[in-house]
Amino acid sequence: MKEEKHLKVSAIKNGTVIDHIPAGSLFKVVEILALNRCKSQLTLGNNLESKLLGAKAIIKVADRFFADDEMNRIALVAPQAKFNIIKDYEVMEKRMVELPDTIVGIAKCMNPMCVTNHQPIPTKFSVVSKKDVLLQCCYCDKITDQEHLIILKSG
Amino acid sequence: MQSLVSITDFSKEDILRALERAAEFEANPNQPLLDGKVVATLFFEPSTRTRLSFETAISRLGGRIIGFSDASNTSISKGETLKDTIMMVANYADLIVMRHPLEGAARYAAEISRVPIINAGDGANQHPTQTLLDLYSIQKTQGTLHGLNIAMVGDLKYGRTVHSLLQAMSLFDTRFSFIAPQELAMPQEYKQLLESRSVAYEEHTELAEHIGEADIIYMTRVQRERFLDPMEYERVKNVYVLHNKMLQNTKPNVKILHPLPRVNEISTDVDSNPKAYYFAQAGNGVFARMSVICKLLNY
Repeated sequence: MKEEKHLKVSAIKNGTVIDHIPAGSLFKVVEILALNRCKSQLTLGNNLESKLLGAKAIIKVADRFFADDEMNRIALVAPQAKFNIIKDYEVMEKRMVELPDTIVGIAKCMNPMCVTNHQPIPTKFSVVSKKDVLLQCCYCDKITDQEHLIILKSG
Repeated sequence: MQSLVSITDFSKEDILRALERAAEFEANPNQPLLDGKVVATLFFEPSTRTRLSFETAISRLGGRIIGFSDASNTSISKGETLKDTIMMVANYADLIVMRHPLEGAARYAAEISRVPIINAGDGANQHPTQTLLDLYSIQKTQGTLHGLNIAMVGDLKYGRTVHSLLQAMSLFDTRFSFIAPQELAMPQEYKQLLESRSVAYEEHTELAEHIGEADIIYMTRVQRERFLDPMEYERVKNVYVLHNKMLQNTKPNVKILHPLPRVNEISTDVDSNPKAYYFAQAGNGVFARMSVICKLLNY
């Protein structure tokens, strides 16, 4: 009889577990946090059961800690995400993300005539509404709403 | 260092001071305040009136002009970015006047430039010196900016001049009448701005019946390409044409403004009526621009 093989995902000793990411947003979060270039142990789980979200994703990254402004960068795609900061296998701190007042270089301006869509210029928005996300472009002044929100690929 | 990208970059006091200064330049147009200064006029898209009036303003102030009026003869046609063009020119000139087809181009240039930027139009977005010359024309013909009735006519949805003028005039207890086809009505965001400042406005779709109380009739062109339904354009295109006979029962002090170029929205029989002011309005552009240039260069 063949022995059932288990691929073990171990708990991390030190690092961060990002929980409550909507299933469809996992790879956007990976891009925004540039985890595709991360050299330390990285575990991604997608389409996991979640009472809160229906289907969720989770990211475990060893030996990596995030500053507040880095965490808040994912608020556009994962507004309910929670960062668990792990030290010596213990959850030392839990941090919720919060949409910042300005967003640089993450979202695309929905105005096709905006200079940021034609020149190599990072986008920049003022967040005029956090509940129903409304972003006002700092260059062309036009509003981009949640429905038209496109996350830019990281360079 | 201050740039002028949008009329909202100027406070009410800045605007009033700029208009005072424009009147001084009108009284005495040749003042060599810019002696030894170089001003760049970068016109990435064509313009006649705006470019010539800026260049006249700079010349009357004794400044030298560098620049281009057609980007196809420059490194831009080789793929140079806006950033590189601005960084380079900012090392040559003391001030940059720019028109660009992309919205937000001037705001970006102001962010990276080491010299002030004047936005001479960024696509359909902002054209603040047009607004200043409109304000100057209103003040000059009415003696005040306060408590006036302004009728805005035509394309109020896409017209950048009416939006900027509305933002500025809402600081001066104005009463607005918006006269436009439903497809080209004043956008909600501007009506909300007026409501937040407790400024009164009315909306109408008929021109002739609603200009009797106006002190200023601000005409704009209704363009065929703005309509989804060509039949709708055919239905309304003649409703927003101003004829001389329609001015019979208007106020004696009323003046007709238009940012020009005019196509057919003001009949040529209006041109000789003393209430027509659009050509004098364009002439005021030189003084308004002299005033802005001097403000930004601290003269």
